[in-house]
Amino acid sequence: MSSDAFQFRSRMRSFTDRLVTALAILATLIVIAPLVAIFVYLLYMGTSSLNLDFFIKTPVPVGETGGGMANAILGSGILLGVASVIGVPIGIGAGIFLAEFGRGGKLALAIRFTADVLNGVPSIVMGLAAYALIVAPKIPFLPFTGHFSAFSGGVALGFMMIPTVCRTTEEMLLMVPHAVREAALGLGVPNWRSVLSITVKTASPGIITGCMLAFARVAGETAPLIFTVLGNQFWSTNLNQPIAALPLQIYVYAMSPYDDWHRLAWAGSLVLIVLIVLAVSLVRYVTSRGVLKGAS
Amino acid sequence: MNAKVPDIHISQAQFQPEPDSTSGQALAEIAPAEPSAVRKYLLSLGSSANTDRAFAWLMLLCGLSIFAIVALIAFELVVRSQLSLHKFGLGFFYQVFTDPDTHMQTFWDPVNSYFGARPFIYGTLVSSFLALLMAIPLAVGLAIFLTEMCPKALRGPLAFITELLAAIPSVIYGLWAVFVLVPLLREHVNPLLIKTLGWTGFFDDTNPTGLGYLSAGVILAIMILPIISSLTREVMTAVPHSQREAVLALGATRWEMIRMGVLRNARIGIVGAIILGLGRALGETMAVAMVIGATPEIHRSLLANGSSMATVIANEYAEAISDIHLSALTEIGLALFVVTIIVNALAQVLIWAVTRGTPAQTR
Repeated sequence: MSSDAFQFRSRMRSFTDRLVTALAILATLIVIAPLVAIFVYLLYMGTSSLNLDFFIKTPVPVGETGGGMANAILGSGILLGVASVIGVPIGIGAGIFLAEFGRGGKLALAIRFTADVLNGVPSIVMGLAAYALIVAPKIPFLPFTGHFSAFSGGVALGFMMIPTVCRTTEEMLLMVPHAVREAALGLGVPNWRSVLSITVKTASPGIITGCMLAFARVAGETAPLIFTVLGNQFWSTNLNQPIAALPLQIYVYAMSPYDDWHRLAWAGSLVLIVLIVLAVSLVRYVTSRGVLKGAS
Repeated sequence: MNAKVPDIHISQAQFQPEPDSTSGQALAEIAPAEPSAVRKYLLSLGSSANTDRAFAWLMLLCGLSIFAIVALIAFELVVRSQLSLHKFGLGFFYQVFTDPDTHMQTFWDPVNSYFGARPFIYGTLVSSFLALLMAIPLAVGLAIFLTEMCPKALRGPLAFITELLAAIPSVIYGLWAVFVLVPLLREHVNPLLIKTLGWTGFFDDTNPTGLGYLSAGVILAIMILPIISSLTREVMTAVPHSQREAVLALGATRWEMIRMGVLRNARIGIVGAIILGLGRALGETMAVAMVIGATPEIHRSLLANGSSMATVIANEYAEAISDIHLSALTEIGLALFVVTIIVNALAQVLIWAVTRGTPAQTR
């Protein structure tokens, strides 16, 4: 009798085991399904509406067909440039501090924690802060303040890059062996030079990929741009004026009732996603090859 | 060889601000008159003590700038929402207005300056809760599959695919949701839900657009899946192998090993991952803005149009008509900021509690 009960239990256990395995595989398939759906649909809609005009023309008024998003692509480039100028040096500097100067200290712990928390602050709040900081107040003699401008959007994106760049820089620097630092210092190289030309240089492939990851993340951000750069239908390279941006244009076109604009939105999304997937794949490729090949 | 050793001693002595004069002189007599090229170069650089200190300070400044940014955001948001804070006080988050002319109840009416955040808080909570409900089992299932069951050859590509899901911009999720997901839900899922579960009151057949809390919840679930799953995976790989081996050695099946050896040890970290996903869901803007319907109302039905905190800011801020309107929107932003800071801090603490002490995992 007890052997019967034992056999039943044993069968139940192996059944549960198989059931859970099946459920896990099912969950994996369900997760992958939307991704495949998004990519297939994006490729299908994007390629059918993508043409040369998209890359060289500016938007046309409602009712006319054709037109492109050349100004939005340029605008996104300018915004990302401003964001990188702000975000990359500060982020790398903070990462260097965490890995080289504050290692193990309470201050470094607090900074790391704050960076992780800042990473989770919604992008729309960043936009609000940039609006309150630059767009709303009219400060005399200070450029860019008091009106919607490309610069304010760049600042919002730059702030969003800092935590990502900082944390990846720190992680990469921590992977550099101590022997490399000691060798540099042993040769009488001053510390700042050892950090910049030896440690950071050794970790530079990893740091660059970290920057690209941050870059890819903010390239698709729309929320902080709505009320800072505002969008623009025309060519503009002026940091002091509203400027067009690719994600913003996609949003405006997607919410419009015109089929022609919907097609442009799909084409814009395809361009954006291709850029981002390229960046992420590059990051993946470099990190999987061993970031610090030169060091070890 | 012999000539080089004192050479280094001297260069060090000269770098020090107060060199020991006697030993320095003694060594100088041994040294050759002509310094080597390396030493000349080093001497030409001068003392690096000041540069070093300046560099360290500069890097410290960069590190402190992260505190400064958080403080700046908080300060600006508080300053900009003063008007609304003073006028409505805490009632901002729950009050209901009654229009004296029409006797209609309203939460949010910019034209008549009625501002109450209740419908937005409700929308944010409902859509995030729906998203978590759908995302948690899937994310944990995916993490279990990837860490414990998956053949090695599949693990890399699958992990990469989930990473890609995290990299898709939210506006593209929104675009896809508007043109693919919402029609799908409207034509096939919603009628089914109304027919089978309509009696609960959560699925009313009053909204023919397909936009609403449920659509927002589904797209949010897809968006927070990769975050929860990759962090859960990280926490699960941090569980030492000896735990798994111990449970297996007692005769456990694989699922029993996962349940007793892995999930039990990683549960705090998994909760942290879920809370982090919640933080993302609370603050997600664009995709939700495109599918939730953007009406400042509260409905019991999950198929009805609503609005969320981030959404109302995105929709109304650029076209706000009065100072009090701007201020009220900023106060919603402030509330969102405070809530996400708390949620994220909690999540970080929980994840650190599990992964602390284990070497950096390759993601």
